[in-house]
Amino acid sequence: MAKSIDVSDLNIYYGDFLAVEDVTIPIAAKSVTAFIGPSGCGKSTFLRSLNRMHEVIRGARVEGKVLIDGQDLYGSDMDPVNVRRMIGMVFQRPNPFPTMSIYDNVLAGQKLNSKRMKKSEADDIVERSLRSAGLWTEVKERLDRPGSGLSGGQQQRLCIARAISVEPEILLMDEPCSALDPISTSVIEDLIHELKSQYTIVIVTHNMQQAARVSDETAFFNLSGVGKPGRLIEVGRTETIFSNPTDPATEAYIQGRFG
Amino acid sequence: MASTLDPRRKRSTIVRPGDRIFSGLSTSAGILILIVLAGVAAFLTIEGIPGIFASPDDVKSGQSFLPYVWPLVYGTLIAATIALIISVPIAIGVALFISHYSPRKLGQVLGYLIDLLAAVPSVVYGLWGIGFLAPNMAPIYQWLEDNLGFIPFFAGPASATGRTIMTASIVLAVMILPIMTAICREIFLQTPRLHEEAALALGATRWEMARMAIFPYARSGIVSAAMLGLGRALGETLAVAMVLSVSAGTVTANLISSTNPSTIAANIALSFGEASGKTVNVLIASGLVLFVITFLVNFAARAIVDRRKEFSGAN
Repeated sequence: MAKSIDVSDLNIYYGDFLAVEDVTIPIAAKSVTAFIGPSGCGKSTFLRSLNRMHEVIRGARVEGKVLIDGQDLYGSDMDPVNVRRMIGMVFQRPNPFPTMSIYDNVLAGQKLNSKRMKKSEADDIVERSLRSAGLWTEVKERLDRPGSGLSGGQQQRLCIARAISVEPEILLMDEPCSALDPISTSVIEDLIHELKSQYTIVIVTHNMQQAARVSDETAFFNLSGVGKPGRLIEVGRTETIFSNPTDPATEAYIQGRFG
Repeated sequence: MASTLDPRRKRSTIVRPGDRIFSGLSTSAGILILIVLAGVAAFLTIEGIPGIFASPDDVKSGQSFLPYVWPLVYGTLIAATIALIISVPIAIGVALFISHYSPRKLGQVLGYLIDLLAAVPSVVYGLWGIGFLAPNMAPIYQWLEDNLGFIPFFAGPASATGRTIMTASIVLAVMILPIMTAICREIFLQTPRLHEEAALALGATRWEMARMAIFPYARSGIVSAAMLGLGRALGETLAVAMVLSVSAGTVTANLISSTNPSTIAANIALSFGEASGKTVNVLIASGLVLFVITFLVNFAARAIVDRRKEFSGAN
């Protein structure tokens, strides 16, 4: 069910402001691709353009093409609502719905698809999703408790469970560990390794070691100057980018000489 | 420098004059409101108790207190309930439109207009009720009687003037709409972006996002808004007194006839001028009843909100 992403010549605008310029990048199915780069270089914006979440901001628009298994994401017959049901997203800060129980949080996406399902079916989905997110043993005794009562790392895994409960084709993660402690981070990194067998994963991270640990491919984004649009500098196998990058800016960034 | 080295000084917390003044001000403001409330309650109780036990000769209708006040309580609750039923959905809808649907400029203008509506004095609403709403509602009441007369609410005979409890309720609904809309709007705007995006990223439409993220988050605020509106509807005096055509002692489910129960506040206003002696105490006692009703309603609303406190998102 995992699908590939093919982006060509993508420009992203906020009103008249060009935020990201001319991105061309292929992303293979069932791989993990990491976006790295300094703050404000447009990697989050670009990530959000992959499930049309950037459109939530007024005036945002794109030029260029994003193909999901050959299907144009911005085609006139594509409804952003359906796009987001197909492409799941996990945010920087854990955001389970505070007014719902753990159980209802996992099923939130299912409810939107408004499928009537039996209690046993719902129970199965909750258990399967929470198991995949590595949270089941920790919460199975308190599924009716509010999701906001969990720790930060548990909340983030709950959000991952919520995202994968609808079996999306692609999973986007926007700095999923930046608000978490190292132990929770490593739990989520292990999780990403496991999820890779089923989903295409794209992850934005500020943590270089994390990119090296979890990803197959790495893309480096950078700004050419203040007020200038962000650009994709280079993309390649993670080992290559980290050991032998083509662009001197990539090398400087990875070695911590700037950014 | 010398003072920080002094071991005795080190232990005591430093008191800054700004903190002192502010905590003094806020504490005294808090105490003041309690004193005022206690004063009103004490006045109502002391002056009201003789009214509760007044002999039927001193009560206007020639009955004892309970049969006298019951139709008023009934009228008050009916009018306020209908007003709330009409205006809560409208307030939520308008607030949601302003906060999440309309273009920002339009939303600002609308918000401003609604705040302005809150400043219209109730006598103007009363005039509007008598002069415009009642005559225009009269044919509708006739239609309701003809077509839906089997429902007790519309049993008729329909009022020819339109000055019914239904008209009064609609006027009340319009009066309480601005305050409720303003509060709902502020709360909807405060919904964390994080939760809205969580819903949208799952593929929620805008309406589903409202149901998933905004309404649950705003739940206790919506209840508070409704309580403020209800408080105003229960206590509104002048507009009801002007609009309603009253037959003392009526208790009926019929909403569109010309025999209507009065409300407590309107009754006090209309009867106070000619009251003397024990009759005044009877009116004050009815005021005490209103005070208790308002208190109970608020208490119940708080209890409802608190029941799901841990799911409120406040933690």
